[in-house]
Amino acid sequence: MNIASLLASKGIKVVTVAPQDTIREGLRRLAEHNIGALVVVDVHGGLVGIVSERDVVRALARTEAILAEPIAAIMTRNVIIGTPQDDLAAAGNTMTERRIRHLPVVEGGRLVGIISIGDIVKAQRNQYQGEVDTLQIQLLAEADVKSPQAS
Amino acid sequence: MADDPVPGTVDRPLRVAIIGAGPTGFYAADHLLRQAGVVVEVDLFDRLPTPFGLVRLGVAPDHQKIKSVTAAFDKVATQPRVRFFGHVELGKDVEVEELRRHYHQIVYCTGAQTDRRMGIPGEDLRGSHPATEFVAWYNGHPDFRDYQFDLTQERVAVVGVGNVAVDVARILCRSPEELATTDIADAALEALRGSRVREVYLLGRRGPAQAAFTNPEIKELGELADADITARPDEVLLDELTRVSLQKTPDRATTKKVEILQGYARRERTGKSKLLVARFLVSPVELVSDATGGVASIRLVRNRLVATPAGTLQPKPTGETEELPVGMVFRSVGYRGVPLPGVPFNESWGVILNERGRVLDGDTKQPVTGEYTAGWIKRGPSGVIGTNKPDAAETVACMMEDRAHGRLLRPEAPEAAAVEALLRQRQPLCFSYGDWRRLDELEVAAGRRAGRPRVKFTSIDEMASALGRRVE
Repeated sequence: MNIASLLASKGIKVVTVAPQDTIREGLRRLAEHNIGALVVVDVHGGLVGIVSERDVVRALARTEAILAEPIAAIMTRNVIIGTPQDDLAAAGNTMTERRIRHLPVVEGGRLVGIISIGDIVKAQRNQYQGEVDTLQIQLLAEADVKSPQAS
Repeated sequence: MADDPVPGTVDRPLRVAIIGAGPTGFYAADHLLRQAGVVVEVDLFDRLPTPFGLVRLGVAPDHQKIKSVTAAFDKVATQPRVRFFGHVELGKDVEVEELRRHYHQIVYCTGAQTDRRMGIPGEDLRGSHPATEFVAWYNGHPDFRDYQFDLTQERVAVVGVGNVAVDVARILCRSPEELATTDIADAALEALRGSRVREVYLLGRRGPAQAAFTNPEIKELGELADADITARPDEVLLDELTRVSLQKTPDRATTKKVEILQGYARRERTGKSKLLVARFLVSPVELVSDATGGVASIRLVRNRLVATPAGTLQPKPTGETEELPVGMVFRSVGYRGVPLPGVPFNESWGVILNERGRVLDGDTKQPVTGEYTAGWIKRGPSGVIGTNKPDAAETVACMMEDRAHGRLLRPEAPEAAAVEALLRQRQPLCFSYGDWRRLDELEVAAGRRAGRPRVKFTSIDEMASALGRRVE
């Protein structure tokens, strides 16, 4: 399974913010969309960073005055990105190891989506549930073959 | 009525049309019927006369056990609030616009009906086929019964290492005796009896650890009655990147998979009449033509694995090429959905444009009232049959949420009889679930006489006359 199969039914909306927007504006968008990270894009739509709720929490703990500062002041610039062709399991491992919870997905230089570790957990759960279900059907069929009803 | 405007009661059931009676269609129907406190009536449509989609026409004939999933679907279809309309095609016999006049909700579960192309020169030479056409043919799909495959060829390449590729390679390697006890289509059984195929190559672009096939599938390839299996030792070595990744995140199934293949690389030929060769780290770059425009060989480039920033090991061509002489090629490098007339489509992913199963408008990207999708046409072709169960559950949850908020179609003629009258008029040769049960009995009875699970009807005419229906 790859990232494309997850994005396919996730919708196409990626909530973004500009580097010069204030952190207060960023917080508003996180709350409005009930999400944990914002992709930071420049005027051309190019990805320049990512800002997570944790980044905001850390900054706020230092000083509340940070709310008026631009997003650029706290965003992560060195963003790990995925492509639609990336394996979901590999992406999940990378996110776990690097302790990141959101992976922007880029194709041909264009931002096409974002996946969270929660999305990966959900997709993997569905995959495992499906496999267990299918295996059980096969095992039950095998049991039927081995103990046919007396006719 | 004015007090309770939301349908879902005995007097006023929620009427749902499900387009596509494959596993996902049945899982969706099952979830809908299990909703506590909501009375739902489901009509399942399929463009073929027979239900169960790929369970009947995709799952390999030598994998009968998995087909027993249909027992659960049978329980769904025989419930009083469920009807099946077979041989009714959306966009041909009936339009979406018409369904909106009869249902509160419509769910598209039409699967991934077309294959991806390799995008290389020579792809359309004679003897180069999508693997799915071969699968549909040997499974007795009515649209493919007259297809011809040149089984006088001795060497065949199957591009891909997913379960479809493995099925095709295995069926090509099975002996006629092995196939004769399955429900393979009669025409395919006859053609494969005369097969001169001696060598089958399975071509994977990545390494053995990244191959999509499962361990039971690859083990089965090592236990064929009349085909040996082999692999090249240098292609089944565990590369450094994979080794490190397995060290960080141990995965027993993957380790086992590589061990099985390394075992195959050490095997000697035992004198069986066919040979199956599992190749890795090679990508086709061209199909080379013979003098008459048929496939003469496939040119391959060797790959090495490189890691993407997100950690996927991807193939990268080394520039080193080889030419493998083969007379036939089956491609199985991925699948995608086919757009339905009047339903927004997402070209990038090859799926209906949707969010968690709610169909989205192409312009506004807002949900289209009353329209939903589930299964492969919703998320793309991934997972096993059972993966579509939680997927359909997600869609049904959205449908129930929308119902509770009154976000439904407002059909002018929601009575079950009204739509049936329309359908019978549009498609007089429409098949009910009762018709299917009769066909099923006849197929199974014919199979019993022949020592097979069933003998399939492979044309709509045959099905109609078996039921004593006049063919229009």
